[in-house]
Amino acid sequence: MVRDTDRSQAARRQFLARMAGAACGAALVGTGLGLYAGRAGALPASALRPPGALPEDEFLGACVRCGLCVRACPYETLKLSALGGAAPTGTPYFEARKVPCEMCPDVPCAKACPTGALDKAIPSIDDARMGLAVIVDQESCLNYQGLRCDVCYRVCPAIDKAITLEPRHNERTGRHTLFIPTVHSDACTGCGKCERSCVLEEAAIKVLPLKQAKGRIGGHYRLGWEEKKKAGGALIPEPLQLPVRRPDGQ
Amino acid sequence: MSGASMTAGRIESARGGLIARNRWLLARRASQLGVLALFLLGPLAGVWIVKGNLSSSLTLGVLPLTDPYVLLQSLAAGHALAGTALAGAAIVVAFYLLVGGRAYCSWVCPMNMVTDGAAWLRRRLGIPGGRTPSKQFRYWLLGATLAASFGAGAIAWELVNPVSMFHRGLLFGVGLAWLVVLGVFLYDLLVSPRGWCGHVCPVGAAYSLIGKASVLRVAAPRRAACDDCGDCFRVCPEVQVIRPALKGTGTPVITAANCTNCARCIDVCHANVFRFTHRFDRREAS
Repeated sequence: MVRDTDRSQAARRQFLARMAGAACGAALVGTGLGLYAGRAGALPASALRPPGALPEDEFLGACVRCGLCVRACPYETLKLSALGGAAPTGTPYFEARKVPCEMCPDVPCAKACPTGALDKAIPSIDDARMGLAVIVDQESCLNYQGLRCDVCYRVCPAIDKAITLEPRHNERTGRHTLFIPTVHSDACTGCGKCERSCVLEEAAIKVLPLKQAKGRIGGHYRLGWEEKKKAGGALIPEPLQLPVRRPDGQ
Repeated sequence: MSGASMTAGRIESARGGLIARNRWLLARRASQLGVLALFLLGPLAGVWIVKGNLSSSLTLGVLPLTDPYVLLQSLAAGHALAGTALAGAAIVVAFYLLVGGRAYCSWVCPMNMVTDGAAWLRRRLGIPGGRTPSKQFRYWLLGATLAASFGAGAIAWELVNPVSMFHRGLLFGVGLAWLVVLGVFLYDLLVSPRGWCGHVCPVGAAYSLIGKASVLRVAAPRRAACDDCGDCFRVCPEVQVIRPALKGTGTPVITAANCTNCARCIDVCHANVFRFTHRFDRREAS
């Protein structure tokens, strides 16, 4: 009787020990995974998400790595990252310098997404914000040197909206004009055609994920001229008359 | 007869041809390779019957299928899902409620061929014992991966999941994923017999949960004819599931959620003890 109880107690102890071992092991793996998953959220700047992708931190919770967007892409732009690849394992991305997005008007990749990681309801490819083109190196961009390369401007699907050429005086020659390629974030979809076709060995214009490419003004800032435009007129009744303060007698 | 029961292999060779004795094994390989072939037809031959992979797919442009476990992780990560993935997961759950939860593991999952290969080689080489984690480990891991998904706001297990990595690798380019597959093979071969599928894989654990209520089951209705040759125990990837049905006095149906419906026991039993039936079939034949 006593021995039976002992045995069952020993068995129970063994069972509990194994259970605790399993639980601790699983918790350890889970913690490691959680930390890794958090870190893996940092996408390298060369890897861009397909059009309509949720912001990166939400995207990694929504994308099931099925590759239906990759299959829907007619230009083999999109790839699924393999283990050790540019993006977190199994997630879709493209590299603008290799194969840019051809901006299909019907956005078939986003339509194919079963989970909403890509927004099916994206009204037009022009609304996509895969990234933002940035002249990352003015020192090597040919247009900045006063040459008329203009290639990024010419290939831009949203020419004169997403990239414009802004004339500026050429100080070096004193009598020519620089045509500065200038990107406008309200129209740039981040398709990457400019980066793909930059004639330099290393592109001077690169499409960066929005987080890397954009600054953000403080939420409490009010730009006077914008507020004036919104209100349809000056917000104060008349220009302020400030008192003249000068030393006496002047 | 008593001498014969000691050397099961001899009896087996006397019973039917090689194909007849491996009917279910061959059917299972055909199913695994067939599923893989359907997926591969697209990228290799341009015949797009199925697009996507085992995480989520679209068949003939109409039938969405989504792995319920990856969907659970996505929910845990805080993503409220769009329609097709939910519908796809519902279809998958309904299907496996019919044919047996872990039927996924033995009839669909490509990793099964790897681990079956490891188990076979282990038997051939006579590699002894080894250590296995607790049977409960996979459920804890299932919970831990969901917690990690919740904590990180990202689908956690998919970063390292050998199953989806293997399948995706075959379809979309393998990268370093073959190292992970090799790792699973070596783990089963050298460290832990039947360790990966039976003790670790949380994908299988998720399908086990479906298997708790699934309809199609293996049963031992002719258990009276069992002569204790032990063949079924030798081939079964989840040995513990057989005993209650074969040696118990209750239902002859193997109701354990971890039975993968691989039907290898039906194949190897020379006394024809086992057969497929539904979970409520308590009949015994003599």
